Amino acid sequence: METPPSFTLPFIIGLLVITSFLIVVSIIWITGLSKTDKIRIIKGFPSRKTWRAVRETFTEALLHRKIFLKNPRLGYMHMSLAFGWFLLIVAGHLEAIFHYRTLAFPFWKSIFFRFAEQAPATGFTAKLFAALTDFLLLFILSGVALAYYKRFNSRHFGMKKTTQMKAGDRVALSALWLIFPMRFAAESITAGLHHNGSFLTQPAGDLLASTFSLQPVEQAAWWTYSLSLGVFFTAMPLSRYMHIPVEVLLIFLRKYGIRLKKGVNTYTRVQVFSCSRCGICLDSCQMNQANVRNSQSVYVLRQIRGRRLKDDQLFNCLLCGRCQKDCPVGLDLNDLRITQRIASTREYNSSYDYLKNGPSPQAEVIYFAGCMTHLTPGIKKSMQQLLHFAGINFWFMDEYKAPCCGRPLIQVGQYEAAKKLIRNNTEKILSSGAKTLVVSCPICYKVFHEDYSLPGITVMHHSQYLLNLVDQGRLPVFSLPERVVYHDPCELGRGSGIFDQPRKLLSSYASLIKIPHEKADAYCCGGSLSNTRITMQERDQIRDKVLEEYQSCQPDRLVTACPLCKKTFTKGTDVQVSDLAELVWKGVCHSKTMPNRSSLPEAAIPLGLHPGKPSGIAIPSLP
Amino acid sequence: MNTFGYKIMSPRTIDFDQFDGRLLNEVLVKEPSFRTCLSCGGCTATCNAGTLIDFNVRKLNLLLRRGEIASLSREIDKCMLCGKCMLVCPRGINIRNVIMLLKKGASRLSEHQKTAVENEVQK
Repeated sequence: METPPSFTLPFIIGLLVITSFLIVVSIIWITGLSKTDKIRIIKGFPSRKTWRAVRETFTEALLHRKIFLKNPRLGYMHMSLAFGWFLLIVAGHLEAIFHYRTLAFPFWKSIFFRFAEQAPATGFTAKLFAALTDFLLLFILSGVALAYYKRFNSRHFGMKKTTQMKAGDRVALSALWLIFPMRFAAESITAGLHHNGSFLTQPAGDLLASTFSLQPVEQAAWWTYSLSLGVFFTAMPLSRYMHIPVEVLLIFLRKYGIRLKKGVNTYTRVQVFSCSRCGICLDSCQMNQANVRNSQSVYVLRQIRGRRLKDDQLFNCLLCGRCQKDCPVGLDLNDLRITQRIASTREYNSSYDYLKNGPSPQAEVIYFAGCMTHLTPGIKKSMQQLLHFAGINFWFMDEYKAPCCGRPLIQVGQYEAAKKLIRNNTEKILSSGAKTLVVSCPICYKVFHEDYSLPGITVMHHSQYLLNLVDQGRLPVFSLPERVVYHDPCELGRGSGIFDQPRKLLSSYASLIKIPHEKADAYCCGGSLSNTRITMQERDQIRDKVLEEYQSCQPDRLVTACPLCKKTFTKGTDVQVSDLAELVWKGVCHSKTMPNRSSLPEAAIPLGLHPGKPSGIAIPSLP
Repeated sequence: MNTFGYKIMSPRTIDFDQFDGRLLNEVLVKEPSFRTCLSCGGCTATCNAGTLIDFNVRKLNLLLRRGEIASLSREIDKCMLCGKCMLVCPRGINIRNVIMLLKKGASRLSEHQKTAVENEVQK
């Protein structure tokens, strides 16, 4: 066998390092998965899921579709490097296979083909391959040029902030930036000497040959190219570029149905290693408004990967999910953080032995206001009135005393403790024989929806339930002469995917203003219970920034669907802040049925709405 | 139920020679807003767990400053972290963080360390 030239040594060492590293970690990660997850892989492999994973690998890991959607320039930069390099490797191999007419040629020859075969290309196909590899090189070089430029002006790529890098990243990045310019230099020099280049490398080679003697520098140029490849591969396990191979593994595991558990396992490692530290999450983070610069997802994931995560970083996050929706890799950033919080607080979960349950009253519908709603009594009052008005037989579960839903505990990682509350509440709900559970607080809604097992019971947020009542004609509609802004609560919107029902309900009672950041892109109010480290002053800074945008739309009223958002906003603005339920009740009061009180259902009697009795409810007045 | 009549109270002396201020200091350093507590009791009045069982958030400050860590960690286990106390606090104290820090701190201490100030009394 022919010995490869000495300059290929760094490349071969680098390739061996990265390949063996990848094999070892993949074995560790896959064997570390739970038994059910392994069965998922085995069952998923021969199914259509594999094809879907291949397709996603192509569109996300190579074409970077999600980054394109975010910013085309940024997308092109990533695509030219990833997809261009991939095509260059494929084209290089095909060229070598075509040239040697066999698959059994020394593999270094396909990587350093121009050096291995110095005779000028003859024949149409050979010339076409030479032109193709030159074109692909040009394609990648355009991406590298954009990457250089992005260092100086990331705003042109839609990014205000970029990731602060550590040493490993810097080494790998420098090597990556050198690879393609050096390949271009080496191929041009060889082309200048042996005339085996194509439309890009040949003119460049001729130009170089006319200025100085190329013979002495040829070896040096190929050495530098091989060294930059070798350094890049060797630095990869210590850098963010591990995301290139691991993201592919992640896509396959995700397609086979593997999800994060409520505990750290090797799938957590796969997710963390898949983070490309692109820094797209930095701009979406509202902690910037409070001048917190180290707790963003990219930094937390880096600390998890290095096993150096500190509580200050872990808990200084609103868990609003804005970064998660922007993540081009589709990492479960909120769940990753909650998983780490569970691990961090495992030693001290409360037992809540004092929780006792008596018999529950029988009712068709349960209304659970939630702790926060008790601090904004207007909401629960409106809900009670609306439910009575519609003639619903309901039980107000937490009217006097009831444990919390458990979500605030889960948010700070006290999952075992939360399970005790969940068990207690579940017993209560199931024994009431109800079919529907109406919740006023999105924080409660999320946990009832996701972590409770309530067979036969539909959990609804009051915005959904009231919309149903309106659709059934059980609540009258009245369009108030008000222009309102609707604020999507994080747990209801991004957290549970309920964007349209509140808007539909709202548009029956007032006119809705479109705002720049809404639905999945909506801001967090800053009041989130998930952040235990943030000070009240910092919360105010976040809130004020959000209010600035809302107030610029000059609404008559700011409407939200979460008691905590309402409480947070009320302190910071002169604009009237209301919950959806309050607005609906106001509309109902002003509707045509209201003056004729005899049309009220009998159920409204306990609240003093009966025509014979003086009304105990103050009807809100129109502005 | 309370019974009428007089009760013989066991002596309750706090031995400040045994006082271990590490937990207190840690909380004060990590959550400086806790210093501003004026013991108004708003937190206790709104407390969700307080409606279900005898639990007094305001008292946590007192227990911590006395160094009665054993009682403190028993009390703190009742909290459900719902966050109402934080929203009513007139001084804007981040009470949930205080409670999480206390839970973590207390879990690190041994039983002997927790009961240090009360041990002396029982001797």
